[in-house]
Amino acid sequence: MKAHASHSLDATFLALADPTRRAILARLARGDASVTELAAPFAISQPAISKHLKVLERAGLITVGQDAQRRPRRLEGKPLGEASAWLERYRASWEASFERLDAVLEALQGKPSVPTRTRSRTRRVRGDT
Amino acid sequence: MPVTIEKAQVTLPSDREVKVTRSFKAARPLVYRAFTEPTLVQRWLLGPPGWSMPVCEMDVRVGGRYRWRWRSNKDGRQFGFTGTFREVAAPARLVHTETYDPGTVGDAHPESESIVTVTFTENSGITTVTTLIDFGSKEARDAAVATGMTDGMEQSYQLLDALLRERV
Repeated sequence: MKAHASHSLDATFLALADPTRRAILARLARGDASVTELAAPFAISQPAISKHLKVLERAGLITVGQDAQRRPRRLEGKPLGEASAWLERYRASWEASFERLDAVLEALQGKPSVPTRTRSRTRRVRGDT
Repeated sequence: MPVTIEKAQVTLPSDREVKVTRSFKAARPLVYRAFTEPTLVQRWLLGPPGWSMPVCEMDVRVGGRYRWRWRSNKDGRQFGFTGTFREVAAPARLVHTETYDPGTVGDAHPESESIVTVTFTENSGITTVTTLIDFGSKEARDAAVATGMTDGMEQSYQLLDALLRERV
C-alpha cells in the first residue's frame, strides 16, 4: 500500500517534470478537452501530444471520458493532492525552523537599543554631576 | 505600516532540485549572520520537533568545513549533515556542499552530495532568503524530501522505506 503510494508520487512528479504536460494539465483544469483541442495551442504533432497524454494517464493525473467519439481527457485531482501533501510536510518543517529564526532576528534587533539606553543614562548621570 | 511576511514556499525547479523561499523582517547582514554564526544557527535550525542540535561547527570561508548534528531528546539517536563551503560572499550568497550523516539513526539514506546555494536579497528592510538544493539525482531529492527535515519523523521513515524498497 505504502509502496504503491510512493510509486504514484514518482509517477506524478515524473509527469509534472515536463512543461508541455504541465500546460496540458493547466488547460484541463479549465475543463475537459479532446486530443485535438489539447494539441491546438502547441507547435508539436498530435502523436507527440498523445505520448504526453499517456504519461499523464499512467500517473493517474488524467482519465478518458465516456464519449467514444471525442474521448475527452479529464483532470483527476487526487494524485496532485497527494503530491502537494508530500511537499507540504517538507515545507512545514522549514517553516517551523524559519519561525524560530524570526524570533532570533527579533531578539538580535532588540539588542542595539540596549547600548543606546545605557548611553543616554550615562549622559544624564554626567549632567547631574 | 505592518509588513506581512509570507510563509515558506517550496517549489521543484527541476527533477533534482528543491527551492525554498522565505522573507524575514530584518536587514540582510543580520539574516546572513543568523545563517552563518553557529551560536545563532543552533537557536533555530533544530530539525524535527523533539530534536535538539548539540553539534553546530561552521568554518565559514571558502574551503572551510561545517558539521551539524541533531539528537533525539527521546532516545538519543543522532543524525547530521557535513559539508564544505564553496562560495562565501557575505551578506549576499553562500554555496556549500551537503552530505547526510546517518549517525545512529541507521537509515539507508542515499549517500550523495548535494549542493546548497543560499541567496540573500534585501528590499526595504525585508530580506528574502532563497535556498536552492541540488540533490544530484531525483532519487536523492525524493528521499530527502520524504525524510530528515520533515515534521513527522516516523511517518517520514516509513515513506522513505517505501521509496527504497521500490528501488531494490
